[in-house]
Amino acid sequence: MKFFQHFGEYLLFLKAVFTKPEKGKIFFKQIITESNNIGVGSFAIISLISGFIGAVSTIQIGYQLVSGILPDYLIGRIVRDSNILEFAPTVTALVLAGKVGSNIASEIGTMKVTEQVDALEIMGINAANYTSLAKIIAGVFSIPMLVLYAMILSLIGGAVSGWASGIISVESFVKGLRTDFMGYNVVFALTKAYTFAFLITSVSAFQGFRTQGGALEVGESSTKAVVYSCMSIIFFDYIISQLMLFK
Amino acid sequence: MVIIENVNKTFGTKHVLKDISAKLYKGKCNFIIGASGGGKSVLMKCMVGLLTPETGSITFDGRDFLKLNYNEKISVRKDIGMLFQNTALFDSLSVEENVAFPLRMFTDFSEEQIIERVNFCLSRVNLVNLNKLFPSNISGGQKKRVGIARAIALNPKYLFCDEPNSGLDPLTSRVIDELITDITKEYNITTIINTHDMKSLFVMGENIIFIHQGQKWWEGEKAEIRPSGNKELLAFMEASEF
Repeated sequence: MKFFQHFGEYLLFLKAVFTKPEKGKIFFKQIITESNNIGVGSFAIISLISGFIGAVSTIQIGYQLVSGILPDYLIGRIVRDSNILEFAPTVTALVLAGKVGSNIASEIGTMKVTEQVDALEIMGINAANYTSLAKIIAGVFSIPMLVLYAMILSLIGGAVSGWASGIISVESFVKGLRTDFMGYNVVFALTKAYTFAFLITSVSAFQGFRTQGGALEVGESSTKAVVYSCMSIIFFDYIISQLMLFK
Repeated sequence: MVIIENVNKTFGTKHVLKDISAKLYKGKCNFIIGASGGGKSVLMKCMVGLLTPETGSITFDGRDFLKLNYNEKISVRKDIGMLFQNTALFDSLSVEENVAFPLRMFTDFSEEQIIERVNFCLSRVNLVNLNKLFPSNISGGQKKRVGIARAIALNPKYLFCDEPNSGLDPLTSRVIDELITDITKEYNITTIINTHDMKSLFVMGENIIFIHQGQKWWEGEKAEIRPSGNKELLAFMEASEF
């Protein structure tokens, strides 16, 4: 029962968020700032994680395909598909749920408990819109970019680790990457990325916005933002996979 | 003038405001006093629209706030300035940007006009050369002054002050009191102050409303407090004296 109450509150929050901003110029500046925080600010961690995931997946697939019957370029093909379809969008989203989600929830939560949100409301500003819309739009714009970047970097990481460990040559790996490549897989991954970006930013903003109390509650909201974002990412990962891969 | 009539507010089964009616006068410092948990903060939140009472009316110069539509409420809110207990300055904005915020949101002023107005408001509260500092870099008294400067930036008709002296030393408290009094007289605005500070009340209080257990227990001027013989009010005053 509580789930439906919270879901209803979330929908009402979104209704308040998706209204016309008070001043276009200020809103545009907010989007630029938030895109910088979310996108550029997450560049390093996504580079590190996606590079290593690509590297590890090459080693593990190489380890499982030691029969000698199958051609080694298959390693490149499997690494490509597993990274494009799952690792890059989903792992990137889970990492960003932790980094960006907790940041959004704690920032808005702190504004709430220090009466900054009340100050906005008293001035006649739609506080949900002012605090959250730019973050959601910036997230939906920049997170898919990070996912694309993670895809590319994971494949580079895979090629490098395959070559460094002697599992597969770069030529064979690239041959695997080019074999039966389907552009649809990238569309699928980007569909997930846009959905996850919306979930991370909106769920976290909602958790921040419903914070009441003090520092302790800000911490709780931040934790809830990460947990609920991760849960919804996993759930929608399943739904989108079911809908788009087995039509 | 702000007129409150028969305002009731409950939270679950707790009846916090019980049929409160009062008048808050233009050009005067109107004080709402009472013990913690007595309902004065809830009353102030109802007046500024952060809470909605179950019954009653709150009228701002003939405009019944509770009966207005969303856009009409926004226009009333633009006439309200508020000084918060914890100042509620935006952490991510500098002093200048905090004061400029309502001007950027609600006026079509050029950047030069905005800066001119910001400097005027900051000088009005005796703050100079702090424009580029952030709230975390200034003292509690300076934050309160920035809060006042932000509150008066749009020339409000109503100034709400929630515990304006909390956490301040006596000297700074006196400065803030004088500022609020001067601004009230200078701009002829309706100032409503929610406080426990009896020193402030005796210095600047003109119209006083005493809230006790969610009810308006007493209303009058400061000279009438002692002769009133109101037991709860006198006990509250005596407890606050030292």
